Amino acid sequence: MRTRNLTGNTAAVMPPPPTTERPRVKRNTKMDVCGLSVWYGDKQALHSVSMDITENEVTALIGPSGCGKSTFLRCLNRMNDLVQGVRIEGEVEFDHENIYAPEVDVVELRSHIGMVFQKPNPFPKSIYDNIAYAPRILGQVRKRTEMDDLVERSLKRAGLWDEVRDRLDAPGLSLSGGQQQRLCIARAIAVNPSVLLMDEPCSALDPVATATVEQLIDELKENYTIVIVTHNLQQAARVAGYTAFFHLGEIIEFADTDSLFTHPREKKTEDYITGRYG
Amino acid sequence: MEKVGLEKHTSKQFDADLEDVRELVLAMGGLVEQQIADAVRALISGESALGEDVVNGDTEVNRMEVEIDEHCTRILARRAPQAGDLRLVMAVAKTITDLERIGDEAEKIGRMATLLATQERPKSAFRQIELLGRHVREMLRDALDAFARLDSDAAIRIAQADAEVDREYEGVVRQCITYMMEDPRTIRHMLDVLWAVKALERIGDHSKNIGEYVVYFVEGKDVRHIGVEAMEQEVSRSSRSR
Repeated sequence: MRTRNLTGNTAAVMPPPPTTERPRVKRNTKMDVCGLSVWYGDKQALHSVSMDITENEVTALIGPSGCGKSTFLRCLNRMNDLVQGVRIEGEVEFDHENIYAPEVDVVELRSHIGMVFQKPNPFPKSIYDNIAYAPRILGQVRKRTEMDDLVERSLKRAGLWDEVRDRLDAPGLSLSGGQQQRLCIARAIAVNPSVLLMDEPCSALDPVATATVEQLIDELKENYTIVIVTHNLQQAARVAGYTAFFHLGEIIEFADTDSLFTHPREKKTEDYITGRYG
Repeated sequence: MEKVGLEKHTSKQFDADLEDVRELVLAMGGLVEQQIADAVRALISGESALGEDVVNGDTEVNRMEVEIDEHCTRILARRAPQAGDLRLVMAVAKTITDLERIGDEAEKIGRMATLLATQERPKSAFRQIELLGRHVREMLRDALDAFARLDSDAAIRIAQADAEVDREYEGVVRQCITYMMEDPRTIRHMLDVLWAVKALERIGDHSKNIGEYVVYFVEGKDVRHIGVEAMEQEVSRSSRSR
């Protein structure tokens, strides 16, 4: 296995990590993570983790706080590059290209692999401009009529159009929490990504807004590959086709959701999902 | 896969909820077992009062089924159990249905006992009933023990015992037919006896089902409708992997 000091830091190149058994799932692989290790300073957050992410499926990452699931998620579109003192090893392939290769344009990469965060974070701009901002600066859309179409299409896909069509000039922040989160999802899909990363997208939402977002996730998987970090086990059970259980920076078990929640192979998984952890 | 247990949840109340439901199932099982014993004794010895007790006792069996069902629903709604916990609740919900049916079969036999109490009884046929009754009661006790001890191997023994009970049942049927041919006046009586042994044979089937739910709970494997040999393979494979 090749290893490379991916962030270009001057730290010594580490010896190749031990080969780990790779959890494999069938169907098309959209992203392929191989031997991924992450250090924040001296602290290792991920220990040579490998995983396939299936196209047009929802993959959920579960595990206790500090288990490395968010770190893993952030490696998938190089969000961790922004963290001071981070060192990343291993490979993350997106459509068979290593996203950590030196020639990769990170901004372009993130237009293919979008992200939705825990707390809705619309820009302090109008609903319309929240959607239009990225396509405009990326130069994807130039004409006003095309932009109108894109805004409408994105909001429709995010299930928000009917609620905001009459007030597109209103500030994004004037919407309710659930609406704001769907606005952020609409914003993420406006640049036509193929993968959506979601970091606890419903943890700040009430049950009704959560149900709406989950329904949306269900519809979005037709066109997008979704990776979702969630603390809500029931949410993973409801929305995900595959679920990975992280513990202390390793993947303990990765399986289809039905198996993982009815007869997990590993004792640690069983203990965690049945509430016997700790 | 790891062996399941009921304890050590972070929530002690969850431990208690599961333990409660498990104890209720065992209590219901004990009651049903007693119903079978009484029903068979009433039939053999012609104690019509005991037969009536069995018929009345079925009300309690039914009540327990409803109570445990409510417990299961509450656990599903409030705890959203996963993995081994989920399998326990599913296994319990199915087990009590079979226990309730066993209760119904015992009730039938009790009713029959009251009906036949005054009539003359051919000894050999009743010996067979006694034997069959003892066997199915042992099967049920094994199934309940397996449930209490989380013993999936026992399910295989129970399935084997069920095959034996089916053979014994065929034997009794043949014997009854012989009586009926020899003396057509016994037909009415023999038909009642046949109903009773059919009820016992069904109890064997229900006990076997309970054994299968134990395998599902303990191993996470569905071994229904696959035959004894395949069941043996499934269970031994998972005990090797432990």
